[in-house]
Amino acid sequence: MSIQTSKEQLSPIPQPSAAKITVRNLNFYYGSFHALKNINLDIPEQRVTAFIGPSGCGKSTLLRIFNRMYELYPKHRAEGEVILDHENILDPGQDLYKLRARVGMVFQKPTPFPMSIYDNIAFGVKLYESLSRRDMADRVEWALRKAALWGEVKDKLKQSGTSLSGGQQQRLCIARAIAVRPEVVLLDEPASALDPISTAHIEELIHELKTDYTIVIVTHNMQQAARVSDYTAYMYLGELIEFGDTDVVFTTPKKKATEDYITGKFG
Amino acid sequence: MWSLYTRRRLVNGVNLAVSMLAMGFGLFWLGWILWTLVLKGAVAMTPSLFTLVTPPPGVPGGLSNAIVGSLYLTVFATALGTPVGILAGVYLAEFGQRGWLAPATRFINDVLLSAPSIILGLFVYEIYVVHTRHFSGWAGVFALALLVIPVVVRTTENMLRLVPHTLREAAAALGAPHWKIITLVTLRSARAGILTGMLLAVARITGETAPLLFTALNNQFWSLDMNKPMANLPMVIFNFALSPYDDWHVLAWGGALLTTIGVLGLNILARILFRQKSHPL
Repeated sequence: MSIQTSKEQLSPIPQPSAAKITVRNLNFYYGSFHALKNINLDIPEQRVTAFIGPSGCGKSTLLRIFNRMYELYPKHRAEGEVILDHENILDPGQDLYKLRARVGMVFQKPTPFPMSIYDNIAFGVKLYESLSRRDMADRVEWALRKAALWGEVKDKLKQSGTSLSGGQQQRLCIARAIAVRPEVVLLDEPASALDPISTAHIEELIHELKTDYTIVIVTHNMQQAARVSDYTAYMYLGELIEFGDTDVVFTTPKKKATEDYITGKFG
Repeated sequence: MWSLYTRRRLVNGVNLAVSMLAMGFGLFWLGWILWTLVLKGAVAMTPSLFTLVTPPPGVPGGLSNAIVGSLYLTVFATALGTPVGILAGVYLAEFGQRGWLAPATRFINDVLLSAPSIILGLFVYEIYVVHTRHFSGWAGVFALALLVIPVVVRTTENMLRLVPHTLREAAAALGAPHWKIITLVTLRSARAGILTGMLLAVARITGETAPLLFTALNNQFWSLDMNKPMANLPMVIFNFALSPYDDWHVLAWGGALLTTIGVLGLNILARILFRQKSHPL
């Protein structure tokens, strides 16, 4: 398809892995406000891609298009193409629930549901699979192990998810997203409400998860972007200013605007 | 500088004193009412109050038919009004973002919330009692249910709106359909608040007399037939308190004390529930 050729045009840096998500001529509107302007971007498979930029630059908006989260609200409108494995997810014919099964999301604030730790994990799984009690228990354990939370909660699976600490709650949310076995995991500032130790936990986790998943992370914290990501996109006022290998973007950015933001002269 | 500080302390002291006086004034009357109620009502607190039916003048009796009648009316009215109220509240909170229907419903609900209860009694009289040609327990239930609905609608909507939006988004991000998000996540988060609203609605209808005047009326005898007039505490208190007989007065005080204890208990229960369950969320 034409994806391959256009990818080569856009990203001169050799990319070892294929694009999982390809964004083409994407525009987004909050009512009449033009929030994203003609975004073109390839998100590589099984890598961590970070979106950075000052507040209001549209990085969260872009992230929330990948699972069509914006559709919860009236007057939010996306135009263009977002291709996930050869299918345009913005196509109205695309099944929204299947899309969200393939693209999981973790939010800025931990959002445990008002139910037990076990049920929190099982909630998403039950939407797509009818597992036997034993298989479900295995899946819950697998997800909690993946999220590095099993050791801390294995004796209190029946306790409320809200009884955990903030960092644990966030790992619970990651486990919940993973339990559905998505292909892409979207992280919207997943550590900004956490203390440094919990943040380190989450970052470690991101490192481990990228062997299985394509990860897209929005972060305010530039050190975090530099630490966890393979690719970085710098956005400003709804435009994609620069996108490339994280090392390159942080050491020798091509654009002056990116350099100013990264070195702290602005933003 | 020091004079400014002294002045501020003085103003603070005066205001605090006035506030305390106002509080004392309010509490004084409330205390007096409760004290009188307990003093006069305690005399009536005998086993026969709960075992005998309302008597003719001069005959020993109790309030058993009125107590059971009130329980019946309250339970049925709550069972009828609460589901309607919760469903309407869910509609307003979860689907009422666009269109004209939700704002209209909200406005009508607010009107209903502040409508004098006697109007609701008259309404049920006109559309039900007139057609069935007799007062009945069911008519009373309908009138009371009309009082329950707006309270439950309002609290359900408010409590659902307090559920953080991120929680809905998190459930939606997993691919949960809207109805599952509502039943499994948002209603569950708001359940303590909704239950509180329900209890407050029950407390509200427990003491209502006006809507029963045209509907359930009253019954001197033991009757559990909902198609017949039904005895209830507020009406008995009303009738007996206005009568010239001393033994009826005693029973009226007893009924008043029972009703007050019931309402007070429900309010305290609602507060405890709300404080406990809503805290960790």
